[in-house]
Amino acid sequence: MLLIPCPYCGERDETEFSYGGEAHIERPKDPEKLSDAEWADYVFMRPNSKGILLERWVHSHGCRRWFNLARDTVTYKIHAVYRMGEKPPRVPKTDYV
Amino acid sequence: MTQTFRLPEGGLIDRERSLGFRFDGSSYRGFSGDSLASALLANGVHFIGRSFKYHRPRGIFAAGYEEPNALVQLGEDPRTDPNQLATLVDLVDGLAARSQNRWPSLDYDIGALNNLASRAFPSGFYYKTFMWPAAMWMKYEHFIRHAAGMGQSPRERDPDRYDKTQAHCDVLVVGAGPAGLSAALAAARAGARVVLAEQDHLLGGALLGQVGDTIDGAPALEWARAAEAELRALPEVRVLERTTAYGYFDHNFLTLIEKVTDHLVRKPDHLPRHRLWKLRAKQVVLATGSIERPLVFRDNDRPGIMLAGACRTYVNRYAVKPGTTAVVFTNNDSAYGAALDLHGAGVEIAAIVDLRREVIGPMSELAEAAGLPILADHAIVATEGGRRLKRLRAAPMDASGEQVYGSGEPIDCDLLAVSGGWNPTLHLHSQAKGEIVWNDELGCFVPGKASQAALSAGACNGDFGLASCLAEGAAAGQKAAAAAGFKAKGRKKATPKATDHGFLPARWLWLVPSDTPLGHGGKHFHELQNDVTAADLKLALREGYRSIEHVKRYTTTGMGTDQGKTSNVNAIGIVAEATGRAVPDVGVTTFRPPFTPVTFGVFAGRDVDALLDPVRRTPMHGWHQRAGALFEDVGQWRRAWYYPKNGEDLDAAVKREVREVRRSLGIMDASTLGKIDIQGSDASELLNRIYTNAWKKLEVGKCRYGLMLGEDGMVMDDGVTARLGEHHYLMTTTTGNAAPVLAHLEEYIQTEWPELDVYCTSVTEQFATISIAGPNARRLLAELTGDIELSPNAFPHMAVREGTVAGVAARVFRVSFTGESAYEINLPASFGLAVWQAIMTAGEKYGITPYGTEAMHVLRAEKGFIIVGQETDGSINPIDLGMDWIVSKKKDFVGKRSLTRSDMAKPDRKQLVGILTDDPETVLPEGAHLVERLEPQPPMTMLGHVSSSYYSPNVGRSIALALVKGGHAKKGQKLTAPLLDGRTIGCTIVDPVFFDTEGDRLRG
Ligand SMILES: [Zn+2]
Repeated sequence: MLLIPCPYCGERDETEFSYGGEAHIERPKDPEKLSDAEWADYVFMRPNSKGILLERWVHSHGCRRWFNLARDTVTYKIHAVYRMGEKPPRVPKTDYV
Repeated sequence: MTQTFRLPEGGLIDRERSLGFRFDGSSYRGFSGDSLASALLANGVHFIGRSFKYHRPRGIFAAGYEEPNALVQLGEDPRTDPNQLATLVDLVDGLAARSQNRWPSLDYDIGALNNLASRAFPSGFYYKTFMWPAAMWMKYEHFIRHAAGMGQSPRERDPDRYDKTQAHCDVLVVGAGPAGLSAALAAARAGARVVLAEQDHLLGGALLGQVGDTIDGAPALEWARAAEAELRALPEVRVLERTTAYGYFDHNFLTLIEKVTDHLVRKPDHLPRHRLWKLRAKQVVLATGSIERPLVFRDNDRPGIMLAGACRTYVNRYAVKPGTTAVVFTNNDSAYGAALDLHGAGVEIAAIVDLRREVIGPMSELAEAAGLPILADHAIVATEGGRRLKRLRAAPMDASGEQVYGSGEPIDCDLLAVSGGWNPTLHLHSQAKGEIVWNDELGCFVPGKASQAALSAGACNGDFGLASCLAEGAAAGQKAAAAAGFKAKGRKKATPKATDHGFLPARWLWLVPSDTPLGHGGKHFHELQNDVTAADLKLALREGYRSIEHVKRYTTTGMGTDQGKTSNVNAIGIVAEATGRAVPDVGVTTFRPPFTPVTFGVFAGRDVDALLDPVRRTPMHGWHQRAGALFEDVGQWRRAWYYPKNGEDLDAAVKREVREVRRSLGIMDASTLGKIDIQGSDASELLNRIYTNAWKKLEVGKCRYGLMLGEDGMVMDDGVTARLGEHHYLMTTTTGNAAPVLAHLEEYIQTEWPELDVYCTSVTEQFATISIAGPNARRLLAELTGDIELSPNAFPHMAVREGTVAGVAARVFRVSFTGESAYEINLPASFGLAVWQAIMTAGEKYGITPYGTEAMHVLRAEKGFIIVGQETDGSINPIDLGMDWIVSKKKDFVGKRSLTRSDMAKPDRKQLVGILTDDPETVLPEGAHLVERLEPQPPMTMLGHVSSSYYSPNVGRSIALALVKGGHAKKGQKLTAPLLDGRTIGCTIVDPVFFDTEGDRLRG
């Protein structure tokens, strides 16, 4: 069970949080201009990458606020936490195959 | 019976406290401090179970958690536990245990015939059986199940109580042997908050089973006692005995099971039986010791054949002689310590059979000096004896170690102490995703790089000498404390001086040769619990299995309750040798939690019965109960389902309720509907983006029905939202979706549209909601309010007003889910019951009828109103529901773009329709499938399914809603519903509105 550092409440058990998938995938400003494939890419397709992933979490059973984590999907190590709207921090490169 | 094999003195037992116990119906006595296994051995009982496949007699093999054979069933229903390790069961007065895996009794076991017919059980037996024609499996299943019988689970409900607890610490030390104690001391002295967990009830680990070791010149156990005393005196240290750390999860989260009362005859009421510790540690020190490895030789499984270290433990810790005449069989130096201890306890050492070519090593030399008979470069090639070992043969080996000369000399003995080296207990390290590396010199896997904040120390790290354990433990404790922010203060305490030798030198022979070829007469077991032999492994390899994970599953090696604690490394070694690979190239199978079996009860803890899940009740719940309502669960809410009168059943009560609502007046508790208060200058903008329809022009004081989609275009929720002020809305959601809808809004507000000035608050529980519906609703409300103008012009359908109802400040929404003229009265929750009662009293003259959720469902179905989750299932969009009228073409909203994806335009999408059965009295079951062409038997091409179905007294017949492929274009078409009971129901697709299609009643 992960120990997640909520930027508003501090470290809490994973069970207090909900996962929001990959971060920095902005909702298209004008969806009508997108092709079916482009829209489907936004709604459904995620690379499911191995290594450090910038991802969204919400402290559902706490402050109810969303934030971002930089988490290694192999080791589960959390490299950084930052608020919504903040620029992703620099994180070490991972060289998984 | 007397304890014939109890030594006259010594041991860590309390001879003043004699305890009676029963095993398989016979009575025995033991002492406080005994395990069930040691007490049985003290009484000369070795034969305590039969093996899984061949039903061969098996005895106590080990002295700890690695025991593969001595599984017993403890206690009687409902307090009975199967698969308990006799070696770990503390003896208590009156304990009753039974052997397992034998039928009808241990002595006369029918399954033992399997041993004679063992060709029927090759490796992959179960796989092959499953691949036979199913009919054959049916024949064998009964036999296999009966014969397998690994204990019985209790049939009755578990009467015991279990607890869970959360804990945090700076340093968790797992294992209280010399390394663990010294780690805990070092960390605690630095000021860290330490938890020390030990599965045994005594601290000391390996020191408990060995004598002769010294620390700082005194017996080693004295040092352990002093360390324990110091730890217990420190306020920041928690010592958990009888506690097994069984799982090591992400971010240093570990689960431990504490056996709190199993060892007590009288169990205090305030204590749980077991306690689950959910522990988060900043740093972990693993000091879990090591497990002795057996040797794989012919017929190495008879009762009386035991691990050498276990023999030492029985002699030293329990003062029990495990036999009268012993042979020791080893490939390393450590078993000579066992030989010396047995010899010292008065057990005759008939021979020490050593696979090594030369007898060297500190213990070997001591044994040699003591004059014990040693056969170097020899192998045991055969054993004899049914329920107890009687005789064995040892023969000299050739230089390769692959063959023996001759058939060997017979040696009479009743005990064979075996040692094949030692495996670090690296289960937790591996569970935590730490690396495992092979150490050629030690002949075992040792921990590599840890992937979490953990250190391994002592034998579990491949350091077997006592002095090394103490030094490494202290260093690990200090390092862990420092990493957690605690630097050691003052002068460093010197590491105590101690003897320091491991088990080397050793000679690694994975398979001990015999005088007959492998598989021809006799069995070389490497896996005792699941009865797997070296020949089975070789067969699996011949059949093409290469990966050790596949070989494991095919042969069931290591898949018993012991997870192969004594067998896995030997299996890997044999596979490596047979395939000409190096051991590290074969790899190691995955270690998984739990380390040892864990009671189911502890996972449930107190989360049973009323505490399983919170129950939510409305402020009027007690009234419904007194009115005789039956309830249904809607999420966590308990909602009044129907109110039977004079013995009515569900059908009769619901018929009456729906008739009365349309005739005069009904009242329903709608408090469970989700309510979200939305405020801010961008509240309208938010609704506009979230709902499919337009919101910006909604006047203050008006309500609007809204449909909410996911970004995939599928219907997520619906409900009425009222504009209470310029920047103030109250949104209602379906009962079950209150929390998900709020989360949905928050997600968009916080992550996509942070620029919006809008705030959402759940107010579901702050308000009670009373819905009154029917032709007399307005008349009744008029009697209860003086300050709300109720005329249809002043207060039209889909409007909201504030005022007082029965003297209580209220918001009244003129909305309807029944198609009748209706009002939803929202009040502060604490006034809900009072106003409900006032309405009931005032409504008496109209025959006011409380109605439940079932009647509500019928009433709304008469009108063709959907229920999200009933007419929708996450794959239904608004167009499928025929609700295009509510979907804006102009503005963007969540899910809009998905509605024009090509898939959404497919003509054969499931669409909402009404269904009328040919026979008006027949009510289709919900979920019934609909077909166009009826076949004599399934499969048939399915066109759709019935989503809602009721008898409607107001329509005077049965009605149903259904989702049918291309249904909108099929109005008037005949379909058939083939039912499970064989009936086929003819029906017709119709419009989904069955009652008051013009909506006149609504506006009246
Ligand atoms: Zn938080």
